[in-house]
Amino acid sequence: MGALQSIPGHPEYSDLSDKTGFSFEQISVLHKRFKQLSHNEDTLHRDDLSAIPDLSCNPIRAQIIEAFFDQRNFSPSEEGTVEEIRFEEFLVVMSHFRPPRHSMSEEQRESVRKDKLRFLFNMHDTDNDGTITLQEYRHVVEELLSRSGALGKETAKSIADAAMLEVASISVGHMEPDEFYEGITFEHFLKLLSGFDIEHKMSIRFLNVDTTLCK
Amino acid sequence: MLRFEHGKTWLLWTLICLILVFGIEAKSKSDHSHNGHHQNASSITGIPIVTFKWHHVEMPYTVALWILVAGLGKLVIEANHHVTNVIPESALLICFGFILGGIIWGADKVQTFSLTPTVFFFYLLPQIILDAGYFMPNKLFFSNLGGILIHAIIGTCWNAATVGLSLWGCHVGGAMGDIDIGLLQYLLYGSLLSAVDPVAVIAVFEQVHVNEVLFIMVFGESLLNDGVTVVLFNVFDAFVSLGGAEIDAAEIIKGIISFFVVAFGGALVGVVFGLLLSLLTRCTKNIQIIEPGFVFVLGYLSYLTAEMLSLSAILSITFCGVCCQKYINANMDEKSVTTVRYAMKVFANGSETMIFVFLGISAIDKTIWVWNTGFILLTLLFVFVYRCIGVFFLTWIQNKFRLVPLDFTDRLIMSYGGLRGAVAYGLAVLLDENKIKERPLMIGTTLIVVYFTVILQGITMKPLVTWLKVKRATSSDLMLIGKVQNKVFDHLLVAIEDISGQKGHNYMRDKWNNFESKWLSWILMKPSARKKHDHVFDVFHQLNLRDALDYVAEGECKGSLEFIRNETAYIDFRKKFGDDFSDISMPDITIDMGDTTIANPYTRRDTVPSISLEMHEQTMNGLRESEDMNTHHLLQQHLYKGRKQHRHRYSRSHFDVNQDENEVQEIFQRTMRNRLESFKSGKMGVTPPKTITKHSKKDTQQKVKKEMRWNRPTLYSDLPYFEFSEESSASGYTGSIPRVSYTAGVGIENPAFMPDLDPMAPVQIPPWLAEGETDSATVAPSQRAQAGLPWTPSNLRRLAPLRISTRSSDSFVLADTLPSSSRERDELPPPPSPPPSPPHS
Repeated sequence: MGALQSIPGHPEYSDLSDKTGFSFEQISVLHKRFKQLSHNEDTLHRDDLSAIPDLSCNPIRAQIIEAFFDQRNFSPSEEGTVEEIRFEEFLVVMSHFRPPRHSMSEEQRESVRKDKLRFLFNMHDTDNDGTITLQEYRHVVEELLSRSGALGKETAKSIADAAMLEVASISVGHMEPDEFYEGITFEHFLKLLSGFDIEHKMSIRFLNVDTTLCK
Repeated sequence: MLRFEHGKTWLLWTLICLILVFGIEAKSKSDHSHNGHHQNASSITGIPIVTFKWHHVEMPYTVALWILVAGLGKLVIEANHHVTNVIPESALLICFGFILGGIIWGADKVQTFSLTPTVFFFYLLPQIILDAGYFMPNKLFFSNLGGILIHAIIGTCWNAATVGLSLWGCHVGGAMGDIDIGLLQYLLYGSLLSAVDPVAVIAVFEQVHVNEVLFIMVFGESLLNDGVTVVLFNVFDAFVSLGGAEIDAAEIIKGIISFFVVAFGGALVGVVFGLLLSLLTRCTKNIQIIEPGFVFVLGYLSYLTAEMLSLSAILSITFCGVCCQKYINANMDEKSVTTVRYAMKVFANGSETMIFVFLGISAIDKTIWVWNTGFILLTLLFVFVYRCIGVFFLTWIQNKFRLVPLDFTDRLIMSYGGLRGAVAYGLAVLLDENKIKERPLMIGTTLIVVYFTVILQGITMKPLVTWLKVKRATSSDLMLIGKVQNKVFDHLLVAIEDISGQKGHNYMRDKWNNFESKWLSWILMKPSARKKHDHVFDVFHQLNLRDALDYVAEGECKGSLEFIRNETAYIDFRKKFGDDFSDISMPDITIDMGDTTIANPYTRRDTVPSISLEMHEQTMNGLRESEDMNTHHLLQQHLYKGRKQHRHRYSRSHFDVNQDENEVQEIFQRTMRNRLESFKSGKMGVTPPKTITKHSKKDTQQKVKKEMRWNRPTLYSDLPYFEFSEESSASGYTGSIPRVSYTAGVGIENPAFMPDLDPMAPVQIPPWLAEGETDSATVAPSQRAQAGLPWTPSNLRRLAPLRISTRSSDSFVLADTLPSSSRERDELPPPPSPPPSPPHS
């Protein structure tokens, strides 16, 4: 690619580009941002992300930041969280939000979809055990509702409860009285969000130009 | 006798009237009947009892008749769905118009009725556009606004220019024979044909359910291109009047500036009126019955204001609807909102019907038909071809920037969806006969283009969409998780954009949302509405309403809801079966189970925490059969005798169902007593008080009721402090009127309101939380309670918080929910810990 020559001094971009699918321009923009966030260090810490001013009013900030330090999101074989991430990991996490390519086969589309859903699933599954327990999910919902909008805590709670009932009834359907619902597995999660246009809903456009300086 | 005489007089008068009418021809119509009337009165002594005054009512009568006829036409057309599945309704209505037009032509030999621009633009169009704006899916609309604007502005200009120029070229080339149309007139003609028509697009696309992005692209374009059309039309109209020589660069620049003024000015007027409307609905609480009217009146005013200022009226009313929808829906009473929705649909649908019928009728008119094969065919061809070229080119550019590109089939449908309609026809009729010699030809060709697009393209749209496998709209069930997950996506995307340091769509939207909820909502929304206003909450509310309706429907099959709600029956039940099992003493049974298990020990099984309410229906159905016999007996004894008497009354400003306070009192009283009794039996392990026999109860009830009525003014506020003293209940309410003690401070101690004692409370516990309890027996609902689940209002889980949120002053509702909520607070395990803090490696 001719673009490689246009950014001299970054041969590693080519590897990253292969791995994440970002273009060189995008990588360079993100790299700049990474440096900015980490104050020119090689690694990024949680505090660096929490310090972003725009993020401060996001109701699910904690979960999102956590997702960046969740090993499952960049090295599928490992579990647990890490303290700091390098640019490569940062980029891999970001790549979950890359828009799908224009022409894709059904299988590719399905795998993109699964990939994105896996990220979402990991975000909800805070204790890394492969199921989102209802407590975990309920917590997310409650957080989300009570911190955003004018809903009172009570109402948020009850909406969370109602949502849980839906989760249970969709993922299991009919249950015997003595059965009991352990939590949402990944399969359930796929089923739950089957009607969603995840490929497009969980995508943002990564620009080729740096817009951070436009503040 | 009398009737006969009346008839005779009527006949007589009619005859006289008719004679007079036909006799005096020179006079004008109004004079006619007036004079006739007077002459009659003077020539024949006595007061005329009935007179026939057709001219007096002619105008409104004709209008009403036409509306009726159009409505009936629609009725006939819609009666057969096999036909409307193939041919869109709009096409059928036009054909219906042909038939009517033919009849009129046959009768009068001249077309008496046709769609005039005044009627169309002032009386038929506004409500359709208002409806479109009011029901506009705002998020979708604004997230695609860029693309829509490109098509609306550039696409429309492209259409106008190319169609005009190509026709002119062909004219010069000699394809049309001898007609007198200059270049400017061709451009004027092109500009009136350029606009995609919102009415036609709605009518056709409504039945084709294409995916929402595609729909909003076509539909949004059709709404917004009006500004462009109006400007182009006015500019070229002015140019035609000026004549070719007078046009210089200054005029052209003025034209371009006027475009921005007209389009943005129109939108601005609309926004202003939308905000005014929102503000107004903030304070219409006391005139609820007419508040829906404001929506229509102000909407119409925004249209007229823009028209007055020669701005784009369609843009104005569109934006009025778009801006106010959120706030008026939140501010107005739910009933008013429903009224607005329905009335909006009635008006819009009615006008649409009228428009299509009249488009058909207008065709049957000899004066507009000047046939010119070359002109007509070339117009059709160019309109279609340039639309396709324009759309494909513009989407090709857009796709370079779009996150979700429009694929080939989408683009094809967009091109094919370029339907022309009544707006084009209305503009064509507006052409000035003196300036444009070939006006009839233009009107006729415009009509042909309209018929071609609406009928032919309308009919073929559906097969084409099916054949191309265009992504259809997915009609998904209303789900809370869906909405919640959508919210998660929103915040997630914003966060990612924040982290990656980009200022993308999501960032902008988030900023706008913040601004909106901080300032706009604060100004435009009632404080009470602001609290409740949340999309997720709306869904939640709707689901609750559905649940409640289901509950009513289900409950009614089984008997009076009053009975189901009223636990009096259980008391008797207990007596009946409790006696049989009286040897089984359960002194140490847990509080929660005490009451209910004794009631039907024969069905007792292990109490199992449940996850889903639905699954209990099965168990319960079985249970129910065995209970049926007893229930019947109980029902006969204790069924609440409805005392609901509708007081028929008429009021112009109120529209409420009579809520008899006696009834409310009685329900309350019964509930309270049962609550208390079950409390006592549960809490103290006491055997329930002697069941009250029917007789004594009725007596006391009436007495109590009486007393309650004396105390009415204080009742509502003091209800929670009611205490049915033990003595009175122990004595079965016989003897003296039970004391109603208004002890101050008693309220919170009142046992009936102690959280743990509510017999319904166990039901309230979400099963997934209950499962975490170590001792399930204390929390799990007893079998009776479980079996009763779907039959008790309080177990409709979603319902509970609603009542909490409304903070109803209705005390027994409070009593119902408070214990459960406080219980949840008290007993449930603390909410799951927040995401684990980063383990320090």
